[in-house]
Amino acid sequence: MKSNSRLEAVLAAGKFALTGECGPPRGADPGAVAKKAALLLGSVDAANVTDNQTAVVRMSSMGASLHVKSAGVDPIMQMVCRDRNRIAMQSDILGAASHGISNLLCLSGDHQKFGDHPTAKNVFDLDSIQLIAMVKKMRDEEMFLGGEKIKVAPKLFIGAAENPFAHPLAIRVPRLAKKIAAGADFIQTQCIFNIEQFQKWMKGVTDRGLHEKVFILAGVTPFKSWRAAEYMATKVPGMDVPAALVERMKGAPKEKAKATGVDICVELIEQLREIPGVKGIHLMAIEWEEIVPEIAKRAGLLPRPEVA
Amino acid sequence: MVEVPSEKMSPATTPVFEPRIVALLCHYCAFAAADMAGVMRLQHSPNIRVIRLPCTGKLDILYLLRAFEEGADGVMVAGCEEGSCHFVKGNLVAKRRVNFTKGLVAQVGIDPERLRMYNLSSSMGPRWAEISREMIEHVRSLGPSHLRREK
Amino acid sequence: MIVAKQKPFETIYGMVAPNKRIMLAGCGSCVTVCFAGGEKEVGILASLLRMRAQKDRKDLDVVEATIKRQCDVEFIDELKPKLDGVEAILSIGCGAGVQYIAERFGKTIVLPGLDTTFLGVTEAMGVWTERCQGCGDCKLHLTAGVCPIARCSKSLLNGPCGGSMNGKCEVSADTPCGWQLIVDRMEALGILDRYEQITPANDWTASRDGGPRRIDREDLHEIK
Repeated sequence: MKSNSRLEAVLAAGKFALTGECGPPRGADPGAVAKKAALLLGSVDAANVTDNQTAVVRMSSMGASLHVKSAGVDPIMQMVCRDRNRIAMQSDILGAASHGISNLLCLSGDHQKFGDHPTAKNVFDLDSIQLIAMVKKMRDEEMFLGGEKIKVAPKLFIGAAENPFAHPLAIRVPRLAKKIAAGADFIQTQCIFNIEQFQKWMKGVTDRGLHEKVFILAGVTPFKSWRAAEYMATKVPGMDVPAALVERMKGAPKEKAKATGVDICVELIEQLREIPGVKGIHLMAIEWEEIVPEIAKRAGLLPRPEVA
Repeated sequence: MVEVPSEKMSPATTPVFEPRIVALLCHYCAFAAADMAGVMRLQHSPNIRVIRLPCTGKLDILYLLRAFEEGADGVMVAGCEEGSCHFVKGNLVAKRRVNFTKGLVAQVGIDPERLRMYNLSSSMGPRWAEISREMIEHVRSLGPSHLRREK
Repeated sequence: MIVAKQKPFETIYGMVAPNKRIMLAGCGSCVTVCFAGGEKEVGILASLLRMRAQKDRKDLDVVEATIKRQCDVEFIDELKPKLDGVEAILSIGCGAGVQYIAERFGKTIVLPGLDTTFLGVTEAMGVWTERCQGCGDCKLHLTAGVCPIARCSKSLLNGPCGGSMNGKCEVSADTPCGWQLIVDRMEALGILDRYEQITPANDWTASRDGGPRRIDREDLHEIK
């Protein structure tokens, strides 16, 4: 074991993993995160704690991860390259590890243009692949990026994201290979709605044997309304939502919209489970955490396995 | 800015404001039309001072600005009808420059309406006489430019 | 070339207004080519400033002067004879020009009339786009001749982010995704396999992060 991560233990034991998501609040309220974590407790193996997602200022990922951990859920602390340079990143990594945070998801980060501080200067000292390599170096070689020895190295289960639907499609599999070569232990994908396109990508992945080198968790998200579906289909960069799904949401009566969203999500999970190389599901029920147990149950993912 | 009539003058004898207008005309069309108007003995107004351009494509933003800076109350550019420029696109270039200059002069307090572009062909002598009158009346209604200098 | 654009007229006028006599200094190099600060723009801006001052019933004398380059003292010194009574110099050169004029004339206020924007190319008449950020450590041989630092909104060195769609950057539909351009060119050149080489964390010391930069070529020093 590379870390004390519950997620790592589940995956290493060959169990099908389920991760959730806990978005930190736009304020200093500790209860807000604890409440979300409590909704996920027992239904997921670990929960992502986003890092100022969509470049909107929120409670820090590290701070919120600690609340999640206190609530009994294994946090996956997200870290983006947008806001910190390598000095701050390594420092935060040590701080997080010292508090027993065991999972780190390395991301580039949404451009600040989309957030609430579009006039900010961005950093991008490192990109996500360089961040992965840096964390691996810190953990395995017990060295800082600068080459100096670390006294007590951070033991982290290293995650990365991949979007099978973003362009250029030609390098989507090679890009995964780069992340694995850099040191990613697990991958969480962008929300999948287009199963066919995802299967194509997974075939490329399995053809190269990459699924043996990294745990791939397929991302899903339930639609709350047809407007949410439409928004994801048209407004979110890098999202591939087939028109048929939007139509199905549109066709559902208003009072059944949420139920239809859940149905679609459960169906997607069932299909994704069957795809060779998929080792788990990353369920992003953003601001709808209470639905996670239901989806997990209906998809046959409960109870979560016991691990040491 | 309205010129204040001298106290000695009664309203009845107040002279009508005579605008000074600079006209930048294309050699191939508007200038020829103005020439024809002359041949046809249509009166050419002394309010308009004509400058001949080889093509309105030669129009320079600075010509327009200088005219205003020197006190012109109005500036008109007249080129060929769209699609019939002797140099293919000169009048279209001029149109853009005129529109761009309207934005510039507005920033310094000159009504962009003091600047106009017309299109006509060389055979349109009477049309030239008509747009001359139109431009004079139009600028007269706007009153004198704040940059006007009396000599 | 260095691409710049003129500041809004009101901003320039606001800077200039407290003075009675200014010099408007143009530059005959990059900013002439991008129609921001050459002789023509000096003429137009000077005319506009005079007309605006007249409207406000202010005295404003504008001395027009365009030199070959504002980044060499030999040319800057050509401004000297025209500086009589000049209270401020409004330079419409790039940021380097503005500063070098200020260095040369220690007792005259120097004002910037342009926003210096990027190192770029003329993509079409009236359209300029960025190509280089002067990072001091060119990597174009690794990226098929397309710079990820200048052309990716996040300066990512190992590939596109998840926001690349239909060749466009997530930041703006007018911006091509830099990595799409790199990948397209790698494919065209038959070297797409090179994409999988990991570019390690960059050394930014040659970039602005290492402090103001200097190049010193002894072979070119003046012989005294």
